[in-house]
Amino acid sequence: MKTVTFALRNMKEILRDPLNLFFGLGFPIVLLLLLTVIQNNIPVSMFEIDHLTPGISVFGLSFITLFSATIISRDRGSSLLQRLYTTPMASTDFIMGYTLPILPIAIAQSVVCYGVAAILGLKITVNILYSIIFIIPIAVLYIGIGLLCGSVLNDKQVGGVCGALLTNLSAWLSGIWFDLELVGGVFKDIAYALPFVHCVDMERALLSGDISGIFPHIWWVLGYAVIIFTAAVLLFLRQMKKQ
Amino acid sequence: MDAIRIEGLTKKYKDVVAVNGVHLTVNEGEIFSLLGVNGAGKTTLIKMLSCITSPTSGDAFLMGKSICKDTPEVKRIIAVSPQETAVAPGLSVKENLELICGVHGIVRDNAKRRIDEAADLLGLWEVINKKAGKLSGGWQRRLSIAMALISEPKILFLDEPSLGLDVIIRSELWDIIRSLKGRVTVILTTHYMEEAEALSDRIAIMSKGNIVACGTADSIKKSVNAESFEDAFIRVVKGGKK
Repeated sequence: MKTVTFALRNMKEILRDPLNLFFGLGFPIVLLLLLTVIQNNIPVSMFEIDHLTPGISVFGLSFITLFSATIISRDRGSSLLQRLYTTPMASTDFIMGYTLPILPIAIAQSVVCYGVAAILGLKITVNILYSIIFIIPIAVLYIGIGLLCGSVLNDKQVGGVCGALLTNLSAWLSGIWFDLELVGGVFKDIAYALPFVHCVDMERALLSGDISGIFPHIWWVLGYAVIIFTAAVLLFLRQMKKQ
Repeated sequence: MDAIRIEGLTKKYKDVVAVNGVHLTVNEGEIFSLLGVNGAGKTTLIKMLSCITSPTSGDAFLMGKSICKDTPEVKRIIAVSPQETAVAPGLSVKENLELICGVHGIVRDNAKRRIDEAADLLGLWEVINKKAGKLSGGWQRRLSIAMALISEPKILFLDEPSLGLDVIIRSELWDIIRSLKGRVTVILTTHYMEEAEALSDRIAIMSKGNIVACGTADSIKKSVNAESFEDAFIRVVKGGKK
């Protein structure tokens, strides 16, 4: 009851912000449309719809991180969290209340992304369903990054770190916009030591029907998701105690 | 029964003693004010009593429940209206009240009754469907107090409730606080001397983490031979400096 009430409040706060709707749903669609038009005029294998869509689907989750971090840091900045800390809500109610409402938004974002891709020519197969299902652990990773940032940064810092830094990291080190093999060396090593490219490679493997191709990427995604989510929970609890 | 019994409550932050071994008793149904200059330890004391901050040592008992050992039970009988208006800006006034009902596990019919009562008491009907973030400071403060009252707490902490409000709204707020007398134990922190004097059964004055005076406004004035309560406060705080 407490978790559901708090989760509903968070969902309403996120969905009532038109900027969130634009960046959460609109921006990935704009990117898909734009790059498909470019692809039609100057064909590049990187931007073929079946190669591009998994990347855009993962990139869109960086905005989910921003939603997650922003709502927590704003609540921390106002006295609302302080008020809620004096109610019978347990720490699990807070963690789940911040996580649960963002998960369906992330899934909806992925569904819209693949839906638009289908209109633009992506072949409709059961692989799309697998890709959407496997977006869940990736979304948990991105929500975890948001929870972590929201627990330690104020809302202005969140805008900088999640809005600018994370979206850039997620873009440059994920292999969405260019082939990491072309750069190679240390850049590629760094990219493959971080989770973003593994998220994209896993989604690409699923969409192409290469189920075995999700390995080892899924271990990287799950490993990072567990580590970051655990760190986020610990930091949230720490700032709760530090009040 | 004592609503609050504080036994040697202390809070230290590294080498700074924010609250220094405070002993205090507040009676049930009393309106009790905590006064002090900035940094006197009022907010830290309230944070400890409302289970937001753990004490370094000592304990306090709210309706017989320990803030150290019975935290969940204490949280069920208290409510806090923080210094800054603590509302969810994207939710309507009604949704804010529903949020607090929900986190207290108050069920639907009961929640509706309490929302109606809180809206009546605080005069919130004309803004009930407006977004909280779009309301003026005065309305937000009323909503914030309604959110604190809706769980029907036995002990209510009001931290600077009239800060930044105009004279009319402040007077209305005083009437609301007076109407709680005898039903709810109210702990009020304020910088307005006249507010403490007008509303409180008893007043405690804090200075540098210590309670340096405690009693009715008249008894505090008498103890330092002061004409006004403001003079009494100044003399007590200056005399209380260590």
